[in-house]
Amino acid sequence: MKKDIIIVGVGGQGILLTSKILGYLALQQGDDVKVSEVHGMSQRGGSVITHVRIGENVASPLVTPGEADMVIAFEWLEALRAEFYLKKDGAMIANTRRMLPMPVIMGKMAYPEQEITGRPVYALDAQRIAEECGSVRAVNIVLLGVMSTLTDWPQEAYEAAIAANVKPATLETNLKAFRAGRAAGEGMNA
Amino acid sequence: MKKLMLGNEAIARGAYEAGVRVVSSYPGTPSTEITEFSATYPEMNCEWAPNEKVAVETAFGASMCGVRAMSCMKHVGLNVAADPLYTAAYTGVNGGLVLCVADDPFMHSSQNEQDTRFIARAAHVPVIEPADSQECKDFIKRAFELSEQYDTPIIFRLTTRLAHQRSPVETAEREEQPLKPYEKDVMKHVMMPGMARKRHVYVEQREAQMEADAAKIGLNRVEMHDTKLGVVCAGVVYQFVREALPDASILKLGLSYPIDRAAIRDFAARVDKLVVIEELEGIIEQEIAAMGIAVEGKRYTGRQGELSVQRIREAFGGEKAPTEPALPARPPVLCPGCPHRATFHVLKKLKLHVFGDIGCYTLCALPPVDSLESALCMGASVGMAVGAEKARGREFARQSVAVLGDSTFIHSGITGLVNAVYDRSNITVVILDNRITGMTGHQQNPATGFDIYNQPAPQLNLEKLCETIGAHVVVENPMDMPALEKALKEELNRDGVSVVIARYPCALLDKRRRPAARVTGCRNCGACMRLGCPAIERYADGVRINTALCNGCGLCVGMCGFGAISCGGDQA
Repeated sequence: MKKDIIIVGVGGQGILLTSKILGYLALQQGDDVKVSEVHGMSQRGGSVITHVRIGENVASPLVTPGEADMVIAFEWLEALRAEFYLKKDGAMIANTRRMLPMPVIMGKMAYPEQEITGRPVYALDAQRIAEECGSVRAVNIVLLGVMSTLTDWPQEAYEAAIAANVKPATLETNLKAFRAGRAAGEGMNA
Repeated sequence: MKKLMLGNEAIARGAYEAGVRVVSSYPGTPSTEITEFSATYPEMNCEWAPNEKVAVETAFGASMCGVRAMSCMKHVGLNVAADPLYTAAYTGVNGGLVLCVADDPFMHSSQNEQDTRFIARAAHVPVIEPADSQECKDFIKRAFELSEQYDTPIIFRLTTRLAHQRSPVETAEREEQPLKPYEKDVMKHVMMPGMARKRHVYVEQREAQMEADAAKIGLNRVEMHDTKLGVVCAGVVYQFVREALPDASILKLGLSYPIDRAAIRDFAARVDKLVVIEELEGIIEQEIAAMGIAVEGKRYTGRQGELSVQRIREAFGGEKAPTEPALPARPPVLCPGCPHRATFHVLKKLKLHVFGDIGCYTLCALPPVDSLESALCMGASVGMAVGAEKARGREFARQSVAVLGDSTFIHSGITGLVNAVYDRSNITVVILDNRITGMTGHQQNPATGFDIYNQPAPQLNLEKLCETIGAHVVVENPMDMPALEKALKEELNRDGVSVVIARYPCALLDKRRRPAARVTGCRNCGACMRLGCPAIERYADGVRINTALCNGCGLCVGMCGFGAISCGGDQA
């Protein structure tokens, strides 16, 4: 499978873990893969982006703007910010919940009231689903579940990749979140 | 079965397989994880040193006494370690000695964009550059072999996109290296002028020999495609070039210093046009130009920032890629419950000139707790405060503080404090003692009482140290802002050198689950907003607490003049 995927959100939302799960999964499925992360300052509540490139022989660790197959966004403003990475018919998978950035909190700027149109959009309140599954922190795995409906990889492979990368104590909640996200994704017509 | 490894993780793995026994480093993004992963292998004795100079000296001592040793740092860390490096280039090694140095093009988490390849050339130390995680692992093993074979320390150069990428790695077993004999050898190990003059001759011979052997060393590779364009590149840039210019012929340098001039001459003769694509400075380009070969490079890419597929494509006439839209930025912020927020709120309230330093608290140059006025290098705040008093006098010093973290103080602030006392300065230094090296992701340091393995270790007593140096010392809990304010006013007016230790653990260390703050009867005056806490959000009808973010520290309670905020936290 050849896929260029961008994962974005706010520092602390489990972005690195999600890209690690996807990278692990791709390797298990026999693909070449490169994942690019940024550590350090950007994790202090700032915008965080990781690039996941899956294919036969991946060179650059970074996705080229305008060429991504999917953007997975854990927060709405970050979805808007990352949309330019998508190719023409690339899919946006996004949490509709807002986390206000400091310029908005301070009242210096307004949170953008924008929709995403003209491409497949899978927008949902992933936080509500995550809470129903037992943990507000599972937003990332809910969206991974939605994303899984857009790939050919089997559900068991996803679940094995989750099991190999999350803390055992959180596995049950995460699997629940993944299945709930997958069910939501299957019910959506983008 | 291949394993997906972070570049830094692959380097640790390669060091393990190469039989390395000692790793000594100071944390610095993007190099930190090399040492953290190294510490997961019990065969390697790992430590966090107080700074990069001590780290390299420790690794050098281990190498001289017969084992393979490694030291890892970010680019600016090599400045601190430059002193031992330049002379270690003369003495050479016994066990292999490799310095992993991570440059940070685009300054994702750095204060400058310096190019380590310049320092390597100045010191006459070879540079090896991998291009993915597998090469990180394979090349570091070769680096240790070459270090021993050519009797030289080696710089293993990384960049952010290499250190922090995950790609597949095939692992192997560890090859244990026997402890090499150690013999007293003053001609090799004591660099007095008479000995150093002889070793300098050797340094030049070694470099010439290494260049002559470059083909045999085998870290460089030619990939011939269309001969219209030939590109010389190294490191992760090779991956960008491969994708951006798929038809170009490539000379990929794994040994990027000394450059193999014979290979470059040969490659140049086989292509119509020769271009060097390199991040940061045009070093290889200049070296090729000096050979009298027609070459271009910086004309296409410039010196600033990171390269990428689209940047190279566009530079060579390709289609422009879309760019990020203008939307409200989301800069990093201090965490909810961070004690630095309290300290800097007080510093801003007192309208002090704040000479800052390197750490999470550098963020306090930004609103709303924007009180920090300078950030230069590790420990600079203390020396700068001394200089400020010399320039502007005692009255200015009464309105100024130097502020730095516990780890930064130990790294490079102590000598500045010694000088301040010796110099009869009248400065006030605030040490933000949050019990951890925070910004690089929670590493232990001598003041935390734990080592890299999280085992109890002798704990440096900061107040005793500062008192012994000759400063007047007070310890305050910054979350008690009125008490901190009172103490600061007293110390600013005290003659001589004062140290205020603002001691409260990093919010991320505090695992207590405390109830979030509550708001009732908000008048929407905005006073609490001055803290810049991401958990406090303001709306038309007043402020609300984001309960998912609030850690219940209670700092905001004291900010409200109407008693509208309550909290079960420490300050309630």
